[in-house]
Amino acid sequence: MKKKILLLLALAAVSVSAVQAQGRRALRINEVMVQNDSSVVDDFGRHSAWIELFNSSFAPLEIANVYLTNNKAVLDIEDEQVRKSMMYSVPLHDVNTRIPKQQHVLFWADGQPTDGTFHTNFVLVPGQDNWIAIYDADGVNLIDSVTVPASLLPNTTYARAIDGRDNAENPELTWVVRDGSTETAYITPSGMNVITDSNNKVDYFKTQDKNGFALTVMAMGIVFSALLLLCLCFYAISKIGASRSRERKAKSHGADVSAMPKSERPAHDSGEEIAAIVMALHEHLNTHDTENTILTINKVKRAYSPWSSKIYSIRELPHR
Amino acid sequence: MSEFFMQNLSEFWSLTGFANATWEHFVMLGVGLFFIWLAIKKDFEPMLLVPIGFGMLIGNIPFNASAGLEIGIYEQGSVLNILYNGVSAGWYPPLIFLGIGAMTDFSALIANPKLMLIGAAAQFGIFGAYMVALLLGFAPDQAGAIAIIGGADGPTAIFLSSKLAPNLMGAIAVSAYSYMALVPVIQPPIMRLFTTKKERLIKMKPARAVSQNEKIIFPIVGLLLTCFVVPSGLPLLGMLFFGNLLRECGVCNRLAKTASNALTDIVTILLGMTVGASTQASEFLTAQTIGIFALGFMAFIIASSSGVLFVKLFNLVLPQSKKINPLIGNAGVSAVPMSARISNNLGLEYDPSNYLLMHAMGPNVAGVIGSAVAAGVLLGFLA
Repeated sequence: MKKKILLLLALAAVSVSAVQAQGRRALRINEVMVQNDSSVVDDFGRHSAWIELFNSSFAPLEIANVYLTNNKAVLDIEDEQVRKSMMYSVPLHDVNTRIPKQQHVLFWADGQPTDGTFHTNFVLVPGQDNWIAIYDADGVNLIDSVTVPASLLPNTTYARAIDGRDNAENPELTWVVRDGSTETAYITPSGMNVITDSNNKVDYFKTQDKNGFALTVMAMGIVFSALLLLCLCFYAISKIGASRSRERKAKSHGADVSAMPKSERPAHDSGEEIAAIVMALHEHLNTHDTENTILTINKVKRAYSPWSSKIYSIRELPHR
Repeated sequence: MSEFFMQNLSEFWSLTGFANATWEHFVMLGVGLFFIWLAIKKDFEPMLLVPIGFGMLIGNIPFNASAGLEIGIYEQGSVLNILYNGVSAGWYPPLIFLGIGAMTDFSALIANPKLMLIGAAAQFGIFGAYMVALLLGFAPDQAGAIAIIGGADGPTAIFLSSKLAPNLMGAIAVSAYSYMALVPVIQPPIMRLFTTKKERLIKMKPARAVSQNEKIIFPIVGLLLTCFVVPSGLPLLGMLFFGNLLRECGVCNRLAKTASNALTDIVTILLGMTVGASTQASEFLTAQTIGIFALGFMAFIIASSSGVLFVKLFNLVLPQSKKINPLIGNAGVSAVPMSARISNNLGLEYDPSNYLLMHAMGPNVAGVIGSAVAAGVLLGFLA
């Protein structure tokens, strides 16, 4: 019993930690501007460098207590407390640190943490490589990092080509420089890097399958294959079930099915036959279900008291 | 003082239903009353039509929305709006499917797995209606949401329309439930039209007994196979098979009982009432709604016909002893158990000893799976 409980607890712990880790792992550095001379301004009207984070999961993500840093020296520090003291910790108890699914938050890298939750205690330095990293609440697990190249020009950003995603086939194309010159190079603080203004799938079907014939053929094919697969699977299972039932039936008569010719093998019982056998047995043996409950009727006597009297406790309706 | 009285009374008058009523409200109130009459006097799916009909009355009481009293179903924060969340966010339908799974005995299907194909064939109603909806000028996502009415499955229709065309959901849901209630009127003429007297007299072999092990394996294998093919059907199929496992495993009787009784009843009440209330005249009485009702009717006819015709086609390749009575083809739509009952009644009409109910239950429950798979396919393609 103890073993079972321990196993269950271990499973629960593993799944809880997996869920937690999965949630935090979905956080991504999405777009960075190192030198902001004429781009967006913060609540104080200042042009500052900024870092955009993106929740790539499909559930809200709480980022309070997550660490942001541009100090590469943390990689060499073993002591947890020292590491944490070298990074900017996102404060607790701010409703805005909960990022909705597939949405962004913007951090101002201005070295002014007293200006609010979204102002970091470090600044990004133009003209040199800027390593930026997000660490989980333990200050040890690296969630995401990026090195913004020194060549990045003022008022341009270093951004993911597709929000929150890595390009597995061409990793060098994961990040692109955006200068706002073209439609695909917009600078998008707190906005999607890939702007979609329509449902591509619907548009695609609208143009490629105007009469719906292709979708009908594909969809009917899929519905048929799903049910055909189920049908074949249960055909096989029913065959196995029927043969086992025949074997059992033959065994009860002391015969060996494998030694019998196919035509002489006993048939699989139908539902009606089984019902008839059960009914006959019931009639013959006069069997009765065994009850596992004993009903005892005890008369309970209580001494009269005005405190327990129904006359006093139930309101009587007035007689007309 | 009299001015004060008059001002307040006139303000109150501006809030009453009389001051805000339009002819559209009275049309919708009339439709609601008609649904209640159908349910009580004609016994057409009363469990669905009474909540929907009364919901229509609730949703079409005229009021002054600009007063900001938070009473309308489309006003954020109102009680009705909170209850409507189960429809708009699509979480009532999977709960209903849990109940359906816990109520449904899949033995007929397990005993004769080839009947599953009838459930698949009947889904042609959905895609036939999809093509016609495109012809009528609906966008592909709207056409998909409307076409699902052909699956004859209210919860599936609500689930899919909440994802593909939320603005049409009220009309789609009411249309789906109305035609489900009218299955006894719509299907028999189609079944007679496409079958010969000889075919209607086909007697099918009684199904074999199904072991409990098979019944337990069915929901597990069913979930894995169907959802690996169509993961987008997971909310509906997952709950359907989960409910069925609760029923068949034999060790969760209390849970199965709750899922099939109390839970289903509660969700049915809320779903029916809020779907009815969502048919607010201003949102519902449009030319599109008439188009949706016409398409839904057509989808039902195509679905029933394709089920019957598929059986006839299937019989061409089946040996004489294993022929299927085409009267069970209509049951491929997932109006459980109404369409199976119709197969049985029609079978008995031509041969009083030919009970088709249990045979028809096979394609009928396959239709439930089939329509959920079809909804998943549409969701995957168009969402």
